[in-house]
Amino acid sequence: MTETADMSFEQAMAELEKVVGQLDKGDVPLEESIRLYQRGAELKAHCEAKLEAAQEKVAALMTDAEGNPTGTKAVEGL
Amino acid sequence: MSDLFEDDASPDAGPGGNAHEFSVGEISGAVKRLIEGEFGQVRVRGEVGRCVLARTGHLYFDLKDDRAVLAAVSWKGQVARMSVRPEEGMEVVATGRLTTYAGQSKYQLIVDDIRPAGAGALMAMLEKRRAALQAEGLFDPARKKKLPYLPEVIGVVTSPSGAVIRDILHRLRDRFPRKVLIWPVAVQGEKCAPEVARAIAGFNALSPGGAIPRPDLIIVARGGGSIEDLWGFNEEAVVRAAAASEIPLISAVGHETDTTLIDHAADVRAPTPTAAAELAVPVRLELMAWTAEQGGRLRRALTRGLAQRGQRLRDLSRALPRPDSLTENARQRLDRADAGLEAALTQMVAMRRLQLSRTAGKLHPALLTQRVDAARSRLAEKAGLLPRALTTLTERRGARLDRAAARLRPAGLERDLAQARRNLTGLMQRLRSAARNAEDRRARKLEALERLRLSVGYTETLKRGYAVVRGDGHVVTTAEAAGAATALEIEFRDGRLPVAGRGATPPAAPKKRGRGTPDDQGSLF
Repeated sequence: MTETADMSFEQAMAELEKVVGQLDKGDVPLEESIRLYQRGAELKAHCEAKLEAAQEKVAALMTDAEGNPTGTKAVEGL
Repeated sequence: MSDLFEDDASPDAGPGGNAHEFSVGEISGAVKRLIEGEFGQVRVRGEVGRCVLARTGHLYFDLKDDRAVLAAVSWKGQVARMSVRPEEGMEVVATGRLTTYAGQSKYQLIVDDIRPAGAGALMAMLEKRRAALQAEGLFDPARKKKLPYLPEVIGVVTSPSGAVIRDILHRLRDRFPRKVLIWPVAVQGEKCAPEVARAIAGFNALSPGGAIPRPDLIIVARGGGSIEDLWGFNEEAVVRAAAASEIPLISAVGHETDTTLIDHAADVRAPTPTAAAELAVPVRLELMAWTAEQGGRLRRALTRGLAQRGQRLRDLSRALPRPDSLTENARQRLDRADAGLEAALTQMVAMRRLQLSRTAGKLHPALLTQRVDAARSRLAEKAGLLPRALTTLTERRGARLDRAAARLRPAGLERDLAQARRNLTGLMQRLRSAARNAEDRRARKLEALERLRLSVGYTETLKRGYAVVRGDGHVVTTAEAAGAATALEIEFRDGRLPVAGRGATPPAAPKKRGRGTPDDQGSLF
């Protein structure tokens, strides 16, 4: 399994959905339900962190005479 | 004067007459002036024929209709400004000026601008190109890649100024602010296609984790415009770059009604740049709400699970009976059994005793005596029978013996004995005669051998007059040996005669029988 920290939002979301579904069914043993809850909480925190970290950053590429990228410069005011 | 006269006098006499005589260069220049003056700015409609882009960048092509052909040329600079590049078979309206090319006695149209003659012609050409690229499989649905759910970096290929990038950024900001990397390109004109193609390939060429982040998603966008304005997005290079892109690509070119070839090659086509932004990212607030909801469901599910278990535990523990109640019943039964035990034992013994006395009552000595008496009388009876039985048996056996003895006769044995005796006598006689015969045979054989021995032996020879000479005890066979011997002895048939040897006394005896030399005698042996 991918480490939670390395998971993409989509992966974490998919697993969170699965965990919630399993726990919702209610037929899991107690120990398993506690493990699922902990896992779900971990995934939720990861998803939230990904959502919180969303920030806009706009840059334009600079190219040389042949059109090869040489770097970026921040773009503002758009 | 005569010259003048001659000239004047014969205006019709020779070719040329007194008309002005041009040099080739003059007449070429005159024609050029005339043509350029008359057709300085014309629009010519026709079908593009042979079309060659020279290495210098100039474009040479023919315009034709069913009867005539017009050579046309666009210089490099003009080609660069064209929105539509002429292609063979295209129906076009070319704008330019007529001029001549004196070097080849040609006239040609210098074309500044060229436009497809009517939308129908252009669409036909577009359709032809689309079909060709489709046949190559570039628009194959199997090639389409799934867009990432939440791209980290979005590459936008568009003009850095204008409404399009602004629309995209606004919508992204509303939904889910992301890192956006703009690759500025010309979105119309001749630079458009090569720049867009290079930008798509360039984004793909960035290495993940490099100085410039590689996008997870590319949006190629342009606002609405005429079909000529959008033409760059129909160019093969752009279509191929979009199809080859490893990074999922959204095309958003023109308005909803405009379809360019890049739309077919893109993984997803967005009707507008704003729509492209909506396709690119989910709504952050919705996701936050969703995540919170999932957290709530998690908590509720766990709480519910715990509550249910707690309730069930309580229910079960209520249903669980007291330990005392489990044994009460059994204890009671034990007590009852305990109480009955002694009485039952007494009763049992009494009952058995009664049975015993009943059985023992029938048991008395007479019963036994009776049986003994009966057995005894049977015994006496049988014993009385015994002597007779023995006698009978003995008699029966004696009779059998007598019968067998009677059958036993000595005659047979005696006969056998006499026969054997006779045989023995015969055999003895044969043995004796055989032994006698063998003896006789051997005696005769011995006699014969003796005769043979005597006939072969030298003594028989002596009888015929021969003698044996011995010297010093050995048989002498040569005169020389006889001469050397000290004493000689001659053996005759009837005895031996000693003779003095030459070695001792002069010999006399050996000469007695001159013929029988010792040599000859020796040879006999």
